[in-house]
Amino acid sequence: MSAISASEKVDGFTRKSMRKAQKQRKSQGSSQYRTQSAPVELSPLPQLKDAPSTEQQELFTQKLQQCCMLFDFLDSVMDLKSKEIKRATLNELVDYVSTNRGVLVESTYPEITNMICTNIFRTLPPSDNPDFDPEEDEPTLEASWPHVQLVYEFLLRFLENPDFQPSIAKRHIDQKFVLQLLELFDSEDPRERDFLKTILHRIYGKFLGLRAFIRKQINNIFLRFIYETEHFNGVAELLEILGSIINGFALPLKAEHKQFLMKVLIPLHTAKGLALFHAQLAYCVVQFLEKDPTLTEPVIRGLLKFWPRTCSQKEVMFLGEIEEILDVIEPTQFKKIQEPLFKQISKCVANPHFQVAERALYFWNNEYILSLIEENIDKVLPIMFGSLYRISKEHWNPTIVALVYNVLKTLMEMNCTLFDELTSSYKAERQREKKKEQERDELWKKLDELRLSNAALVQNNSHGLLGVQNNNNNNNNSSTNGDNQDKSAEAAAVTPANQDPDVGAATGESSPCAK
Amino acid sequence: MAGADGDDSLYPIAVLIDELRNEDVQVPNVSGGGLPGYRSKRSCSSRETFRCLRLNSIKKLSTIALALGVERTRTELLPFLTDTIYDEDEVLLALAEQLGNFTMLVGGPEYVHCLLPPLESLATVEETVVRDKAVESLRKISQEHSPVDLEVHFEPLVKRLASGDWFTSRTSACGLFSVCYPRVSSTVKAEIRQHFRTLCSDDTPMVRRAAASKLGEFAKVLELDYVKSDIISLFTALASDEQDSVRLLAVEACVSIATLLPQEDLESLVMPTLRQAAEDKSWRVRYMVADKFSELQKAVGPEITKNDLVPAFQNLLKDCEAEVRAAAANKVKEFCENLPEENREQIIMTHILPCVKELVSDTNQHVKSALASVIMGLSTILGKDNTIEHLLPLFLAQLKDECPEVRLNIISNLDCVNEVIGIRQLSQSLLPAIVELAEDAKWRVRLAIIEYMPLLAGQLPLTKSLCRVVVYAIREAATCNLMKLVEKFGAEWAQNTIVPKVLGMANDPNYLHRMTTLFCINALSEACGQDITTKQMLPVVLKMSNDQVANVRFNVAKSLQKIGPVLDSNALQTEVKPVLEKLATDTDMDVKYFAQEAISGTRFTLASLHISTKSDLPF
Repeated sequence: MSAISASEKVDGFTRKSMRKAQKQRKSQGSSQYRTQSAPVELSPLPQLKDAPSTEQQELFTQKLQQCCMLFDFLDSVMDLKSKEIKRATLNELVDYVSTNRGVLVESTYPEITNMICTNIFRTLPPSDNPDFDPEEDEPTLEASWPHVQLVYEFLLRFLENPDFQPSIAKRHIDQKFVLQLLELFDSEDPRERDFLKTILHRIYGKFLGLRAFIRKQINNIFLRFIYETEHFNGVAELLEILGSIINGFALPLKAEHKQFLMKVLIPLHTAKGLALFHAQLAYCVVQFLEKDPTLTEPVIRGLLKFWPRTCSQKEVMFLGEIEEILDVIEPTQFKKIQEPLFKQISKCVANPHFQVAERALYFWNNEYILSLIEENIDKVLPIMFGSLYRISKEHWNPTIVALVYNVLKTLMEMNCTLFDELTSSYKAERQREKKKEQERDELWKKLDELRLSNAALVQNNSHGLLGVQNNNNNNNNSSTNGDNQDKSAEAAAVTPANQDPDVGAATGESSPCAK
Repeated sequence: MAGADGDDSLYPIAVLIDELRNEDVQVPNVSGGGLPGYRSKRSCSSRETFRCLRLNSIKKLSTIALALGVERTRTELLPFLTDTIYDEDEVLLALAEQLGNFTMLVGGPEYVHCLLPPLESLATVEETVVRDKAVESLRKISQEHSPVDLEVHFEPLVKRLASGDWFTSRTSACGLFSVCYPRVSSTVKAEIRQHFRTLCSDDTPMVRRAAASKLGEFAKVLELDYVKSDIISLFTALASDEQDSVRLLAVEACVSIATLLPQEDLESLVMPTLRQAAEDKSWRVRYMVADKFSELQKAVGPEITKNDLVPAFQNLLKDCEAEVRAAAANKVKEFCENLPEENREQIIMTHILPCVKELVSDTNQHVKSALASVIMGLSTILGKDNTIEHLLPLFLAQLKDECPEVRLNIISNLDCVNEVIGIRQLSQSLLPAIVELAEDAKWRVRLAIIEYMPLLAGQLPLTKSLCRVVVYAIREAATCNLMKLVEKFGAEWAQNTIVPKVLGMANDPNYLHRMTTLFCINALSEACGQDITTKQMLPVVLKMSNDQVANVRFNVAKSLQKIGPVLDSNALQTEVKPVLEKLATDTDMDVKYFAQEAISGTRFTLASLHISTKSDLPF
């Protein structure tokens, strides 16, 4: 039994961090499904560089085959000798393909891909820590990394070799290969994801035939992440690749790409772990807008639709992204979106969370945004004024109040007359709005009363004639048409209002019998 | 009908349209400004105001529809709702739910198809919850369609969804096939089957997942011939999908499909796929097989179970992923129970038990704990001799496991073993382990032991070691259990073992422990009787009335009142009364109060004593 600290004995409830610390002691996992029988002991082969050039090819193949042997790394003492031989061989192979020319003859491709597939493609293990929080917890590292790393290294050198022929390789590096590669992006081990990122990027660059497929599969991974599992470790890496892919899109943008932006990238903003990949995501979005400015309006409307309501941290990120977008926005696009956008900004400025308010107020430090506001001051100022004026008097945080005064001053300088008008009408405006809200409340109250009183009425009559009659009327009305439609509609409007939905359903059940 | 004249009846639509149309002009401004006092109260929710209003009006949609009447609901409200479908997901969710209950509000079953257009749009929305709710509502109202309407209105909708551009509509379609299939003509049936087939091989894994998850449900409504011709091929294809998330859903469908087929077809149609799933390279699929094992076992029948499932189960118990082993371990008891009776014992002893033995010393605690929660159940299946010889060592090993959850799971199931092997055996072998657990460092384990103590006491003979358990119970202030125990073992036992321990705590430096003494005395006095109470407990209580902690003092007052009825009148008069009177003049308000309470309570007792004994006490 593990030693129990004094504090734990006192209250019984261990602090979360302590429990985590205990769990994290073993943070290595591996997932090779051991279908193969126990590893055979490896015996070292002669060095490639020592072999005569006629035999080198044969030896290279032998070494590749030798490296297909998998070892159990969770047991750190098992097969030590063989593990070391494989490691050394892999190192040699990496060296061999990166320094020598003319070694990638056609016959080696199947052997090479076979070795790579055997070593890296595997079903990732279940997470050690079921409620793994990527922001807080240490990731579980791949136990067999000493070998896997070298295999990734080898794959990368293979792809980057000047003799590499995509036309030959495409028979092996095919859709299935890519699909398996993409699944590995869910690895908890950041070292592995980093390698995968570079490798997938190379493959995307070299295999034109796979590009559409890769994009579509990334699409699927994201959609699954957003709408089904909410869990995928490699979102940031995939977005990073996409960032550079988007950069290379030809103009005009294909419908497929626009759909990807609107139906995948924008909804990605709703993810719980947005903080983990927001920088990459915002980069992708801005890349799109730089390519095609007409997308600005739908993108901003999309962001406004998914604007965070309870998570201030995310709200700050959204504001950051909006600023990035505004940095590249065209003045004509700005005009299209200014109204809904500044309504949101005005809410953010008035946010009781000072970081949100502060982030929004920082927009006024941005020269370009200032110039856009100034150009459209007659539209922006009326939207912003209410919030700014109110928080200048009410916000609990002195820094925010100070910032607001500066912003108000800037806005006043932009259009003094309008500012004065808004100041003087502020009170009246508030009164009017308050009255409107009261009216709304009244309306609903009246409606509820109507409903209640009538529900009571129906209840009183539930077994009486009136209820049945109403119901019959109802049916008649619905089947009549033509001249007396208006009348019957009015009657219907009166009678069913009496009924509670439940009552309605109940009488409805009996109506077939009545017929 | 008071308010139902002309104008008032028009309120609802006015309200709705106002809320839905004017939102972005009116409400944000409202929430953005206003009177300071009024605002500050609402400021935290002000950002929500606008959406809440909309949500509110959608949630009251039935009120509005009732007020409008069926005609205007159909001609005005529904088109309006269909047009404004672009909205926040919460609003859409509420709308999707409401529309499922709208049949009467649009005029009953003959008009129910009016609800299809808005629900169709909702079924194509991205957000899964909204879509699922729309499908749920569609399924609900499909039952209200007449067969003709179903073909004229509903089925075309399903087809449109099934051939939609974006994956969302196709996903939704998967859930609708099974509700309309049984009630349409055979030509339409053929079309539906074709659509389902297409979706099973859809390009998007999301759609294939949806189809796979509805495969079992769809198979149930199909004619047996089509199950054999259509469903089996789809099932086989989905079970070997490139994505493990699809394959694992096929395992679920396997249960329903196997139930539908006659026994003689199972071997050729289902088993190859099932065997493959049990050995899938993805642990998620194997996990699913383990998780559904009992259902699968029932669905395929005893013969196949014996030949195929037993080895498969063995493999799952030995799987390399802990998740799979844990899921399988959870099913050990159920699987064994459902084995064909004639060779059940033999199968368990030769095939299952060796694997179970290995699991007891598994490296993963979840596996061990899953096993511990069911392993005791094996004893009833295997009988006394086997239990003693084979299972008992395993129970013992698990009782000593380093993981508290494992230990707990074993303790919680002790009673079923007792039935099989009897008290003597149980106490000899398990008691030492249990006593050890009573001193466990994890409070949850100690608590479990205390909770099970009366049960254990009923089953285990009184031994010295059990007393040690009891002592821990005292420390844990488990007074309620204490009383039950004394009742079981008698006053003499209590006097020798418990009372000294209890009284010893009266000198504990921790005032909470000192109070425990009082609580224990409250619980014990009645069971121990007058003699012990007066001679041993009372002096201690009285002494504690000088405690420096007020809480202890007023508990003394309470205790005195409580044990009063047990004491003899002499002691009450000469010892209790002066102490209570002293406490009644205490500086602490609470002590005073409880002392006075006790005096009035005790006086009553004394008075009645006085009358009944006719002694010449002054009361």
